[in-house]
Amino acid sequence: MNARFEYLLRLGDDALILGQQLGLWTGHGPVLEEDIALTNIGLDQVGQARAWLTLAGKAEGAGRDEDKLAYFRDQSGFRNALLCERPNGHFGDTIVRQFLFDAYAVCLHAALSGSSDAEMAAIARKSAKESAYHLRHSRAWMVRLGDGTEESHTKVQQSLNDLLPYAGDLFHSDAVTEQAAGEGWGADPAAFRPAWDTAVDEMCAEACLTRPESVPEQVGGREGRHTEQLSFLLAEMQVLPRTYPDAQW
Amino acid sequence: MRSADDWLALLQTVPDPEIPVLNVVEMGIVRGVDTTDSAVDVRITPTYMGCPAMDAIADDIRATLSPFAKEESKELRVELVYAPAWTTDWLSEEAKAKLEAYGIAPPGKTTDKRALSGDAPSVRCPKCKSNATELVSLFGSTACKAHYRCNDCAEPFDHFKCI
Repeated sequence: MNARFEYLLRLGDDALILGQQLGLWTGHGPVLEEDIALTNIGLDQVGQARAWLTLAGKAEGAGRDEDKLAYFRDQSGFRNALLCERPNGHFGDTIVRQFLFDAYAVCLHAALSGSSDAEMAAIARKSAKESAYHLRHSRAWMVRLGDGTEESHTKVQQSLNDLLPYAGDLFHSDAVTEQAAGEGWGADPAAFRPAWDTAVDEMCAEACLTRPESVPEQVGGREGRHTEQLSFLLAEMQVLPRTYPDAQW
Repeated sequence: MRSADDWLALLQTVPDPEIPVLNVVEMGIVRGVDTTDSAVDVRITPTYMGCPAMDAIADDIRATLSPFAKEESKELRVELVYAPAWTTDWLSEEAKAKLEAYGIAPPGKTTDKRALSGDAPSVRCPKCKSNATELVSLFGSTACKAHYRCNDCAEPFDHFKCI
């Protein structure tokens, strides 16, 4: 097993799949400003995905570049966490998914900023600035919706109940994360789960939301076991390059 | 034969495609130029990881520099680097003044931690210079800008995001 390749795919696929989903909000945001915000965040995430997947291709050493990895893998080849492929749903669903991910990304990028691999550290340090800005946005919306009207509170509480079970996949530890952390070029997400838990708890307190106590965790994304949603998403994302493999923009 | 500084001077004639009042050197996008007997190496860095203008910037740099590289029979290479990360501190005071004159409120210092916690210091309206402004959206017309409005002159304006 090429742990480095596997690990970089996880980083790249999380950003790619979430970025692609945020792009689907183009023209559908509840207000113009949010339309622009969600797609701006999506743009940052696709940018991060390009950098991680380029590195993944180098680690694999089989000549695959970012595009080959994004467009010519099937569902079982993707390594994104299940949370990232949850459907956009309504605005509250998208915001909860984003908050849970942003809080994770801030911890992840901080940890990877100290990577022994200079290229990984450089991408993480750059991404850290973006994820902090994204968290500021998604967290503000959590508070506004949670501590808003009765309807917004009820809806976003339901979104939180629905999505929390999928967040566990972000913290999945296995031989890959063990080697990544052991050799110093990556991080074991279990190490920063307490910080993430605190961030979620503090947000809940401020947003008048209740964090469900025992949550059954859904895992599998890191091993290529995905939900139905991902296949629809990939079909749309990959159709053009698969139909016209050497198409140039 | 041109020195690295000469090449840098040439790069100062390449405008940023989104904010043409600044050139790519003032924007902090150009990270360095090296020249050898056979090649000119230009290193550029993105303001944001997904900045869609990067390809256009690399093309503009090639278009501007390649006639001079050809003159010296040198290969021109434009390389994308991520470190050190771009932040708004890479904008000089002079560049910030140009931004304001252009109608974009310049960023403050990133060392000001309030920039990330949301209690950002007040942003001055680039039109009427009032500090009575409010944030409309953290995200604006390009990846590097936020959207503000002035409560005195009622003008909407862009603010360069502080990261």
